Amino acid sequence: MAVSPLHPAAPVRPPAARLDVEDLSLQFGGVKALDGIELHVEPGSITALIGPNGAGKTSAFNSISGFYKPKTGRVLLDGQDITGVPARDRAKLGLARTFQNIALFRGMTVLDNIKLGRHAHLTTGVFDAFLYWGKARREEMELRAEIERDVIDFLELDHIRNVPVAILPYGLQKKVELARALAMRPRILMLDEPVAGMNREETEDMARAILDVRDEWGVTVLLVEHDMGMVMDISDRVCVLNFGRRIAAGTPAEVRANPDVIKAYLGGSGDPRKGADPAAVSEVA
Amino acid sequence: MAIEFIDIVETSLAGLGTGSLMALTGVAFVIIYKATKVINLAIGEMLMIGAFVFYGFSAGLALPIWASVPATLVVAALIGGVIERTMIRPLLKDNPVSVFMVTIGLTSVLIGVVELVWSAEPRRLPEFLPQQPVLIGDAFIPSKTAYSFLIASAVMAVLITVFAFWRGGIALRATATDRAAASSVGIDVPGVFSFSWMLAATVAALAGILVGSVGGISSAMGLFGLSVFVVVIVGGLDSILGALIAGLFIGWLEAMVGRFLGGEFKLLATFSILLIVLVVRPYGLFGTHEIERL
Repeated sequence: MAVSPLHPAAPVRPPAARLDVEDLSLQFGGVKALDGIELHVEPGSITALIGPNGAGKTSAFNSISGFYKPKTGRVLLDGQDITGVPARDRAKLGLARTFQNIALFRGMTVLDNIKLGRHAHLTTGVFDAFLYWGKARREEMELRAEIERDVIDFLELDHIRNVPVAILPYGLQKKVELARALAMRPRILMLDEPVAGMNREETEDMARAILDVRDEWGVTVLLVEHDMGMVMDISDRVCVLNFGRRIAAGTPAEVRANPDVIKAYLGGSGDPRKGADPAAVSEVA
Repeated sequence: MAIEFIDIVETSLAGLGTGSLMALTGVAFVIIYKATKVINLAIGEMLMIGAFVFYGFSAGLALPIWASVPATLVVAALIGGVIERTMIRPLLKDNPVSVFMVTIGLTSVLIGVVELVWSAEPRRLPEFLPQQPVLIGDAFIPSKTAYSFLIASAVMAVLITVFAFWRGGIALRATATDRAAASSVGIDVPGVFSFSWMLAATVAALAGILVGSVGGISSAMGLFGLSVFVVVIVGGLDSILGALIAGLFIGWLEAMVGRFLGGEFKLLATFSILLIVLVVRPYGLFGTHEIERL
């Protein structure tokens, strides 16, 4: 794991995790949102989940982070089956996520938002705080120092740390959400459309931040994104969904050349699944 | 001078005494609103059932005071937990108006339970506060009012300190702001819901014991909740400090108006304040700006 010379006291971070999704299916009433999705995310890689609108990207994302209960299939974190683990406990296992529509705690400052990212890892809990006043305080101070150093300075948010998040421009709010996820000391970072609605400059800034996070924190990144340029630039692997099924997976170059993917995006005739055997395509992965 | 200074002082102190109980109940309301965004119209009835449980322990079972107060608070916390688990949590995903309506139903349920067990007859709580009236300078304050004020103030001081410095206080706010985001950072959202209802029920029961020790108890004492709604609307639905200040102010104002203008002007004064606040600062004096309208 790379340790920046700027941060000599950087704590030992938990190693990047591997994520495997096997045969994941999700149903809303009669609608099959996901149909037997396979996804394998290598430790320390940046993997993108792409697909046209309604392809099931966010459904897959929410199933992996524990917000939806899949009908069948398994989610494995470093080989451990976490399919039945509630979202809040997945946070403790090192799975951090951001949301497509910014989900910050409005009315709080940037610093409070980021500090809440560490909630899951503090050893003094809701009730202990009454009993171990001193310990809780000490933890609070250490936490603050660590977050200042590792997250706020790292993402260059120091000038806005005491600003209420609600008044920040969109791009910065997205970055604060990333910061909150980083404060969770994730082993897997899941980003739901990190650059949606951003201009070019903001997009480049965010892409750089994601690459820095991966390189310096050595964390595995799984992202959903519509911005193809950004996805192809920073991803190691790309997985393409359409109509709830995986139609392709591989390196950006492989996926770009895949006829099913082209058809799905440019609108071929009818059901893109008819074009080729999806199993054959997925062998590429 | 027609109005004597001592009269003003005594009336003010008595008003602050009632006000502190409104403030304490207001704090119970705010705890629930802060963490769960539920407007709990049954707060007055939660206060009432607390008072009756205390009556049951102290008069019915004749337990000593040091046993019946803690026992009441424990039972109240359980009642709060059961209400949350059975009536509020199942509606978590529904529209806030449904939850609000459920709390209206809850008032009737709680009144019904109390009347079934203890009948609708008003009762007196056993005397447990010192009887000796308190003198501040020349001002005479009934002992129950004075001790209620002290107890309520102490409890509120603890709650305000805890919510200001304890990290869990922020977790409560986070849960109220965005449940999905809260669980994504590992906050136990259902736990926060249970905790806030149990804590609020406990605080309300304590207020009920104090209100009942001053004025007796009856199944209609939940009406005290009406003044409390004015308090929390004036103070801001999500501000503990606001509930405290507004509670003391409304209590003081009602006492002064009642004493010097006549009892019939009390509610006029209270609701005029409410009207002015709603027009000028609809989110309350200390509340967060973006409170949704129901």
